[in-house]
Amino acid sequence: MIWLAVLLPFLGFLVNGWLSFFRPDAKRAVSVIGVGVLVASFISALAGVVGLAGAVHDAPYIVHMWSWMPVGELQVDLAFQVDELSAVMLMVVTGVGALIHVFSVGYMREDRSYPRYFAYLNLFVFFMLVLILGANFPVLFIGWEGVGLCSYLLIGFWFDDEAKATAGKKAFIMNRIGDFGLLLAMFMIFRAVGSLDFLEVFDAAPAAFVTNGPEITLITLLLFLGCIGKSAQIPLYTWLPDAMAGPTPVSALIHAATMVTAGVYLIARTNILFAMAPVSGAVVALVGAVTALFAATIALKQWDIKKVLAYSTVSQLGFMFVAVGVGAYAAGIFHLVTHAFFKALLFLGAGSVIHVMHHAYHHTHSGEDAQDMRNMGGLRKFMPWTAAVMWVATLAIAGVPGLSGFFSKDQILAEAFARGQGAFLFYVIWALGAVAALLTAFYMTRLMLYTFHGPNRTGEAEAKQLHEAPWVMTGPLVVLAAGSALGGFLNLPHVLPGAGWLEHWLKPVTEGSVPYLSEAHLSAGLEWRLMGLATLIAAAGMIAAWYFLKPDRLGAAKAAPAEAGVQRVLLNNYYVDELYNTLIVRPTDWVSRKVLWRIIDMGAIDGAVVHGAAKVSRLLGWIGTRFQTGNLGTYVVLFVIGVLFVLSAVAG
Amino acid sequence: MLLGPALGVSAILFSIGVLGVLIRRNAIIIFMCVELMLNAVNLSFVALAQQLGTDGQVFVFFVMTVAAAEAAVGFAIIIAIYRHKETLDLQNLNLLRG
Amino acid sequence: MSGFLASIGYGQWVLEAIMIVPLLGALIVMMGPSAQAKKIALGVALVEFVLSLGLWWAFDQGTALMQFEVYHEWIPAWGIAYHLGIDGISLFMVLLTTFMMPLTILGSWNYIKEREGPFYALMLVLTTGMLGVFVALDMFLFYVFWEIMLIPMYFIIGVWGGARRIYATIKFFVFTFFGSLLMLVAILVMYYVVGRETGEYSFSYRHLLNNTQYLGQWAFWLFGAFFLAFAIKVPMFPFHTWLPDAHVEAPTPGSVILAGILLKMGAYGFLRFAVPFFPHVALDPTVATIVVTLAVVGIIYGALVALVQPDFKKLIAYSSVSHLGFVMLGIWALTLQSIQGAIVIMINHGISTGALFFMAGMMYERRHTREIADFGGIARVVPAFAAVLTLVALSSIGLPGTNGFVGEFLVLIGSFSQYPVATAIATTGVIFAAMYILLALQRILFGKLDNPANKKMQDLSIRELFVLGPLVVCIVWIGLYPAPILRRVEVSAQALVTQVRGQLPVQAKAIPEEQQPLGKFGDDK
Repeated sequence: MIWLAVLLPFLGFLVNGWLSFFRPDAKRAVSVIGVGVLVASFISALAGVVGLAGAVHDAPYIVHMWSWMPVGELQVDLAFQVDELSAVMLMVVTGVGALIHVFSVGYMREDRSYPRYFAYLNLFVFFMLVLILGANFPVLFIGWEGVGLCSYLLIGFWFDDEAKATAGKKAFIMNRIGDFGLLLAMFMIFRAVGSLDFLEVFDAAPAAFVTNGPEITLITLLLFLGCIGKSAQIPLYTWLPDAMAGPTPVSALIHAATMVTAGVYLIARTNILFAMAPVSGAVVALVGAVTALFAATIALKQWDIKKVLAYSTVSQLGFMFVAVGVGAYAAGIFHLVTHAFFKALLFLGAGSVIHVMHHAYHHTHSGEDAQDMRNMGGLRKFMPWTAAVMWVATLAIAGVPGLSGFFSKDQILAEAFARGQGAFLFYVIWALGAVAALLTAFYMTRLMLYTFHGPNRTGEAEAKQLHEAPWVMTGPLVVLAAGSALGGFLNLPHVLPGAGWLEHWLKPVTEGSVPYLSEAHLSAGLEWRLMGLATLIAAAGMIAAWYFLKPDRLGAAKAAPAEAGVQRVLLNNYYVDELYNTLIVRPTDWVSRKVLWRIIDMGAIDGAVVHGAAKVSRLLGWIGTRFQTGNLGTYVVLFVIGVLFVLSAVAG
Repeated sequence: MLLGPALGVSAILFSIGVLGVLIRRNAIIIFMCVELMLNAVNLSFVALAQQLGTDGQVFVFFVMTVAAAEAAVGFAIIIAIYRHKETLDLQNLNLLRG
Repeated sequence: MSGFLASIGYGQWVLEAIMIVPLLGALIVMMGPSAQAKKIALGVALVEFVLSLGLWWAFDQGTALMQFEVYHEWIPAWGIAYHLGIDGISLFMVLLTTFMMPLTILGSWNYIKEREGPFYALMLVLTTGMLGVFVALDMFLFYVFWEIMLIPMYFIIGVWGGARRIYATIKFFVFTFFGSLLMLVAILVMYYVVGRETGEYSFSYRHLLNNTQYLGQWAFWLFGAFFLAFAIKVPMFPFHTWLPDAHVEAPTPGSVILAGILLKMGAYGFLRFAVPFFPHVALDPTVATIVVTLAVVGIIYGALVALVQPDFKKLIAYSSVSHLGFVMLGIWALTLQSIQGAIVIMINHGISTGALFFMAGMMYERRHTREIADFGGIARVVPAFAAVLTLVALSSIGLPGTNGFVGEFLVLIGSFSQYPVATAIATTGVIFAAMYILLALQRILFGKLDNPANKKMQDLSIRELFVLGPLVVCIVWIGLYPAPILRRVEVSAQALVTQVRGQLPVQAKAIPEEQQPLGKFGDDK
């Protein structure tokens, strides 16, 4: 059944790709196929997962397809592995994916490249499934780069706009920097273990590596480099905000719910390696915590509704890395799942808003920015459903008790705090995370206030065009809202009844790393107190936003004054893009153009050596031509001298 | 036998030919001097064939054939040059100067 | 299939046939009417391909011995024979050649508009020359084919090329000829030295290979001569500067053949001759360090220079320098994975870079410019072209699931155990590759369609689809299921590794019989 779940999206890609060339107007067929394959894929995945849950098994199911790269010792099969971890991911990818496909039917309805859009989206789901099901590193890598490709294609979906195409390229290249790390990690693993199959590597790892030794530390750090690229952590996070150039459902699916969480998945998958390298684990957690806080500060000052959500995603991914870094793999995956619900919901909600705003501005031929929150305001009157479900997601991500985000985020912070007894660093990480959580509550409330509350700033004529999005768009929102609200019950804290279901479910995958992880246990009292603190943080952030921000006084974007000081630094992402441009991009270009091409290639090799040799031979030839007077007499004289010379030589 | 005198005549003829090629300017005369050199060689071939067998005499036929061919081509070129330049003074013909 | 092939005695005549068919074809093309030249040439190339295709099944993948051997005396007095044979290393070079030729001829259909007869005749002569290089088992014969192949290429660039074609073709000729003359000297020295020591003067590949121990201190200089000849052909940094000029000025079919097959001869030469003949020199730490450094420099350097090229064909040419750097790294790492990877990259590079050059030619046919800046936004008007170009470009930068990944991955994973630092640096090539190829894609396909001349561009024609289709199929096929290729190469690659590594400790170590496959033959018939 599992292979069907993978194959269907690929078939969808083929058919939709075919339609995009030959029947670009067959939108109904495209919708049916594009959404249909995803729903069917979800159902077959569900059947597979139910089968997995029901069966008694002591090893993952391996589905061998064919031998891919059999070269001596290196035997790489195209094979899928179904275990508890991939089952969780499978549900998220196909489930949330299907909802986002449904949403896209409404969102992209009027796009002229509708079939191409669904072809790419189906292809993305296919690669994502390959990523999470791959039974060895190279197959995972197919999916890993494949989703990067789809991300590239979808970010640059409206490629007529140069900036959007550039954003896609940036995403791909930054991902490739990460892939470089992943490749090197594979080489090192193969050299040490002689295999790249997950099962064999993880079985052999305890014997093949020295715990906390340099080799395993390097391997895990290189793996983490891959995760940094894919999951947009410092220093490779700048592509994700730019990736918002793509259609909004794409941002929801790829740049929030699924692809960017692949890094978290990879660490959870290779948990035993990371557990054997505590230094790497600490690095992962620290990078995650710093990213969480750093991105949250930038999100405070963004005006573009999608940019706020993008930085929020970077920040939330940081939380997940804190979890997997400290060894709380189940908590990381738990946050991955809840985040998939509420962040997909937020993006799709933002998508509805943008869709409607865009319509309104399009109707009046106004060139205003449909994504700028300064042009929104008071939208809850026009879009009550969207406003309501987005509030659910906001409360969830802010960490209001009872909703999913509260449980998952609290668990991560609690796990980090619990390890503080062993090393002070983890208290620091906990503190960074707590501050980031505070800011999260603040900027999300800000987003909601500016978008849905206060007076409407869209414009007189435009306001008449504002209305609720069609059911095909709000329907998925409602489903996701249910997930955002109830997702927390997947893994309740230890102090509550029915606790730790997800943790228990993932036990077969993570138990190999248990011997290497330090015991981290919180007393029930401390756990309650941390939960109380988390509640306070959420409340403080939201109340502060409510108190300090005055949507009533905000002006429309065109009338807004230029930002100054710290605000301007935040708005411009601390000028990190400019920094990278000055330090890396431009020097590379300069060196390539001026030094390598002009000086070495054209100057030294071609100019000096090649043309130099040519000039020398031309000089010799010129000397030869001096004998070539064109006068027969001279030739004959030379000839006779030559004959005499030869004769004398022969005679002598 | 007359070998010594024959070779002597051959050497004299050959030297005259060489000298002619070296000092004359008219293309036709130079050409004739070349023929003279060829025939000087023919003479020594024939003379030496007396002692060394008939191979030398066979060679003379080859030389004569080649000389005839050469004369045909050579005169054709000279006529062409004359039509083009209206002179056969080799001092004025230096198209091949490097 | 193999039963059928055996019943028609395929193994006995196949090499004779594929060597002679193009030559006969060239005669017919020359004599036939010029208007029919391309049709006849295409027919001949297709016949050739079908003939050679049987090798896929008839090839015995269980042995590293030479197969399908052909042996005729040629100049017995000097020990020269017309001796051909195929093993796992040359098998795919032969198939690649016969596979690319019909596509190339179909690809020049409209590009070549004048002197069609001579052009297609030269293409067919070139086919024989290239095949000869890959199958010759006699050093003299090898040298003859090596030079024969230069001549048609010289004319193809020089007659049908672009504005600076004379400069480019002379540069190409002089570069390659310079190297190959040194190689000729080396071959003659080997002939005499080995002949003097063994008493048998022969140009036979096996004879020379089995007696390399007599070369003594000659080996260093001989290796140097072979190295220069092959390194120029590959081309390795810093011997690469003929390549961009030749590629840019050559007509589309010329570029495709040049990139697709001619460049492989250098790498093939290393695998077949330079490394097995002189294992001590080739794997001497100093020499190996230099070669591996040059290979890695080539990878990075080619990619960086490709990044700033304004001319699309030049960009592809520099990317070739980068790709062939991976091949060299793989050959010198000399592990089973890296050698197999190097061979797969050689195949891939023929397919992917060939396809890129075809597409550059299609762009040129439509717009008469190769400048990347003259395009932009054409994905709107030529969607099929854009889709194929994207796929081919991604295969060229080694996206997993395409052929490019398999080769690069195998080379790097195989080289890592030998040269970890060099491999790590080489791996950064994947980043730079993404930079130059995506930049080019963006400038050509994406952005605003603001040049009015581009608005009328035609999408791929049926003929062009027939040219690109087989290449695209190969890209995906080798990407997902390279195992049949790898299995056919494996035994020969393993034999090469064992044979070369087996000689390494300078004290003559007895090499077990079965590990010495090339030596097992006994004398030539």
